[in-house]
Amino acid sequence: MQIEKSLSLANPSPRNLTPGHKIGLSIVGLGLVLLLIALFGGLRSHVGLFLALALSSLAVGGITYAWFEYMNKPEGIKNNGVWHFGESSRGTIGWVFGVVITLFYIALYWFPEWLGQGSAGAGNSGMVALFDPLSILLKGQPASQWFVYGTFYTLAILVLGVKFIWKYRHNRYQQIRTFSVMFFQLGFAFLIPEILSSLNNTASFSDIPYNDFKNMWPLNYYFFDDYNIKAMLSPGSGNLGLSMLIWGLAMVFVVSPFLTYFFGKRWYCSWVCGCGGLAETAGDPFRQLSDKSLKAWKFERWMIHGVLLFAVLMTVAVIYSFYQKNGNESFWISKDMFIWGTVTLLLGIAAAVFFMRERFKHIKKDVRFLIVGLIVTTAGVIAINYLSGAKHVMFVESYPLRKWYGFFIGVTFSGVIGVGFYPLLGSRVWCRFGCPMAGLLGLQQRFFSRFRITTNGDQCISCGNCSTYCEMGIDVRSYAQKGQNIVRASCVGCGICAAVCPRGVLRLENGPNTDESRMESI
Amino acid sequence: MHIVIIGNGIAGITTARHLRKLDPDVRISVISAETEHFFSRTALMYIYMGHMKYEHTKPYEDHFWAKNRIELINKHVSRLDPDSKAVVFSDDSRMLYDKLVLATGSASNRFGWPGQYLDGVQGLYSYQDLLTLEQWSAGLKHAVIVGGGLIGIELVEMLHSRHIPVTFLVREKSFWDGVMPAEESRMVNEEIRRNGVDLRLSSELKEILSDEHGRARAVVTTDGEEIACQFVGLTAGVHPRIELADGTAIETGRGFLVDEYLETSVKDIYAAGDCAELRQSIPGRSTIEAVWYTGKHMGPVLAQSLLGEPTAYQQKTWFNSAKFMDIEWQTYGFFPKDPQEDEAHLIWVHPDGKKSVRIVYDTSSQAVKGFNLMGVRYRGEICLHWIDSATPIQTVLENLSLANFDPEFYRQHEADIIQQFNQQSGLNVKLKSKRSLSGVFAYFGK
Repeated sequence: MQIEKSLSLANPSPRNLTPGHKIGLSIVGLGLVLLLIALFGGLRSHVGLFLALALSSLAVGGITYAWFEYMNKPEGIKNNGVWHFGESSRGTIGWVFGVVITLFYIALYWFPEWLGQGSAGAGNSGMVALFDPLSILLKGQPASQWFVYGTFYTLAILVLGVKFIWKYRHNRYQQIRTFSVMFFQLGFAFLIPEILSSLNNTASFSDIPYNDFKNMWPLNYYFFDDYNIKAMLSPGSGNLGLSMLIWGLAMVFVVSPFLTYFFGKRWYCSWVCGCGGLAETAGDPFRQLSDKSLKAWKFERWMIHGVLLFAVLMTVAVIYSFYQKNGNESFWISKDMFIWGTVTLLLGIAAAVFFMRERFKHIKKDVRFLIVGLIVTTAGVIAINYLSGAKHVMFVESYPLRKWYGFFIGVTFSGVIGVGFYPLLGSRVWCRFGCPMAGLLGLQQRFFSRFRITTNGDQCISCGNCSTYCEMGIDVRSYAQKGQNIVRASCVGCGICAAVCPRGVLRLENGPNTDESRMESI
Repeated sequence: MHIVIIGNGIAGITTARHLRKLDPDVRISVISAETEHFFSRTALMYIYMGHMKYEHTKPYEDHFWAKNRIELINKHVSRLDPDSKAVVFSDDSRMLYDKLVLATGSASNRFGWPGQYLDGVQGLYSYQDLLTLEQWSAGLKHAVIVGGGLIGIELVEMLHSRHIPVTFLVREKSFWDGVMPAEESRMVNEEIRRNGVDLRLSSELKEILSDEHGRARAVVTTDGEEIACQFVGLTAGVHPRIELADGTAIETGRGFLVDEYLETSVKDIYAAGDCAELRQSIPGRSTIEAVWYTGKHMGPVLAQSLLGEPTAYQQKTWFNSAKFMDIEWQTYGFFPKDPQEDEAHLIWVHPDGKKSVRIVYDTSSQAVKGFNLMGVRYRGEICLHWIDSATPIQTVLENLSLANFDPEFYRQHEADIIQQFNQQSGLNVKLKSKRSLSGVFAYFGK
């Protein structure tokens, strides 16, 4: 630490802000000022005009800044000064950013009235009211805090996505991947759900549930909730609801295993997912803040698989209580089929882990037995409770379980910590430690996938750029310098390690799915 | 047995790691006055540029050394006492060894220029060099870098990253043209100028002028031009650090002379990495190869020899890599920059002037001898395999896509390269394989 202090005496990297940069920042500032005025009750007339002005200021200003930042410089890696600037190295500005974003999330989840969300029939005020015209335009209803959030979220991915594409304009993998997350956010996460809910005002539909077609269980932990299943099956949703249910199941059980086998979990985590999309665009300036220590990796494995296990147990419990409540109605899958299907699936996974020793030889024996033990116990608990006619398949009421999961994992972890702490812990804290989807895809990627990062012979010079810029905190260098390939459950395949490598040592690729070919060089 | 290693760079540390891998009991001590822990010397530039902090350049976490029982001694060795098998530290304390490894690395060349020891004049090799560079950078208005090699262009890029105007004095007619063929060398000239650096080719340093405080204030070139500056980077190559041979019977040339087991002329004293000079090299190859990979390759071999299993060090088929500002360079196989008798060069240059592929082959046997790549990444294993097995140029070209190691979705240029070859040779070679990892495995019969 001493050493770094002495190094930073000289204000090492002067900013070199051009007039263009300053104009861009000023326009962004104008947008922020308008939003603040609205937040404190101003801008009550010409609301649509002011909203358009505020949002377009953020967009135009941000894009202007990005243009001067990247487009008038030669193509190439743009990491100069990353560890000298406060916002990207946990300096004062970084902390300010962190606090502001965290406060926004706290308001969003627990105090929406701070943002102007109307309650008990009252209309919106403050910032939420500013968004009413856009919401009415899209779905014929006044805005909610979630609509405001969705708009900001989408705008951030789009504007900062453009910035990212320019930053990596020499790298087509980065460009195409970023275009993909921008497309899925704008179309699938933002426009389609809003437009679908606008259809509820038409004669044919009355009850189409909110649905993001690219969101998938277990990230989408409410997919199997009582209300969501009922909504999808309700006549008011026409066949749309049913198709959502079928698509949702197909995503988990068919589409995802197939794509993950061929391309690794990157197809989702850094090409499609909204959380990933924000991390890759808005979070990009903070990717280097992830913890690379062995300790962090150990914590990660317990944490993420713990969340995954919790999500599975909770979902089984929730579905079981759904059957308990709606026992008389008929669904395609009976309660018996569901329970025995779940138990069989779990035991099948346990048997695979137990018997396919060759495939799992890189896991320590005791860890393997622990995994098998946990899965068998879970299956046993379900079967025993069911056979004994217990009311709750997991011993406890499913509703509180679901509520606590929603509070700790769905809200606090993914939002407040996951995004609010970008400038402090890096951009993928949620994806690395908390996302059950990443956990599930990661397990498949580690054991049943053609994806790996190949190391180019023994050309690594151990410089550390790859590890430093890995947002998932993988110590990429520790493999590369040994000439080993990188096969890690957590890798989201963003490709930045390969981009920042000054010697062309790393390449993301898909190839034969054998342990030898994936781990070792040719 | 106690093995003492002087120097905690890549050569010393690789040796230490492999000693521990092979023998759980041997006592291993690594001495360095530079830093407490091993760091990647090649990454010094990135600390200055703000891409990384010093801690990021450490390839192993600090707990690694204790866990592997590698003793780290942060002291300066002032001399050796081979008669009593001891190293003597600058505080006159001593440490006894059974076997000693010298891995002392290099130091920057200073060719007797007037003013070469003024304040604000330095090379770039050690961590201390980085600290002094940081010190001289405060308020720096103009810098001059002398010497057009790999470290020179790194230093240029470093200062440029902080918007410090740089004049780059290169003695040669074109950047690094003693090593780089003409097209590639020209490409680097253009890259340097594209970044707004004042590149002076065929320019030599005559002297460095001092201000009243003993700090550099200007350089004078051999043409008599005076260039005002407050910092002068001397990057005209490096030489092995062999001071420790003084007062001992260790034979030296430019480096510590070693046999094929990397042992010096004094029993139980070995040398590895930049500081070691092979008594015999492969014809055409240098007896000192001061690159990262030498240390990386000598370490494992030396560890075996030290533990009583004498293993000869053999220079591997040459490869090297670097990055010139934003242009990556990879080279496989050792070949003179200009075609020799019985040699032909296939050279393809992308119209944008930032990418090129050069393939050197023997005109009589058609065997491929080397690759020189700018802005394009090739797969090392496959290029080295082609070179080692003297694969004919036609076969190489037909399978060239298998060598492509660029990121997915990058434009591929194999077809253009082959077209160029066909135009030159009048032959009709066709691309047979597509880029695919499975294809590479199949090619190797796996």
